[in-house]
Amino acid sequence: MTLSLFRARSTVVWVVLVVATIVSWAVGSEHGTGSAIAVVVLGVAVFKVRYVGLDFMELREAPLLLRGMFECYCVVLWCVLAGMYLWL
Amino acid sequence: MGTGGVSQAAARLAAKPGRAPQGSSGDRHVPGEPGVWILLFGDMLVFGVFFATFMYQRSLAPELFDESRQTLSIGIGLANTLILLTSSLFVVTAIRAIRSSQRLAARWLLVGALACGLAFVGLKVVEYTAKVNEGHTPNQNAFYLYYFILTGLHLFHVFIGIVVLVLLLTQAGKPDLSVNRMAFVEGGACFWHLVDLLWIVLFPLLYLVS
Repeated sequence: MTLSLFRARSTVVWVVLVVATIVSWAVGSEHGTGSAIAVVVLGVAVFKVRYVGLDFMELREAPLLLRGMFECYCVVLWCVLAGMYLWL
Repeated sequence: MGTGGVSQAAARLAAKPGRAPQGSSGDRHVPGEPGVWILLFGDMLVFGVFFATFMYQRSLAPELFDESRQTLSIGIGLANTLILLTSSLFVVTAIRAIRSSQRLAARWLLVGALACGLAFVGLKVVEYTAKVNEGHTPNQNAFYLYYFILTGLHLFHVFIGIVVLVLLLTQAGKPDLSVNRMAFVEGGACFWHLVDLLWIVLFPLLYLVS
């Protein structure tokens, strides 16, 4: 009964997020400072944040204003963090 | 009169397909109570400012931050990320179980999420203890000051989240949830996902890219 509940999009998203976490750990843990890899790792983190919002918080089905605010947060977060990493 | 009855029935049948698209567009709903989202976005913005402040401090001493980063227990950080992701899957699946009236499954899924939350706290205690024993304290340098502030604030959210999960567990066993109680359950679930979401940014920021 419980297993049938896991046959859903959220389970697929969880698998993708786990894989993305392991890949970013494998790629990001050994780079030096100033590496462009860091920007990619931050991008992967924001990608994961977006899917947590859309599929776990159920914002995919939320009113467009609420979903749009969340999507804007993700874009601004990545731009600010990546921009500060590269140019400060 | 008979003809009128048929025409009325036909009119009702004709009206049904017209309601489908209206219903599907009306299916968009705010998860939880709308007020919860003020709290959630407020938290996200505050942490966003903390993340940016951390990046600014890093820019002042990138070598120091990179050296300090390498003294962190990256394995624990990775494990905690996977634990919170799994807890989020349990919570979103529990919400689905509540909606489909599978109360027992919902309770077990929430117990699983709670176990994940407690495992996160346990690993955090192990990590903090190891760092302090190695001489890494908030007074050591700017990196460790921000490390303890950011992870400490997040841990505070985990504690609140664990209390919220216990409250959800008490609701999950009830046979019928009113609209208000269901909104509370959805809002509580969203708070737990926020805890996961914040850690998803903190992990690479502190352990991988600093």
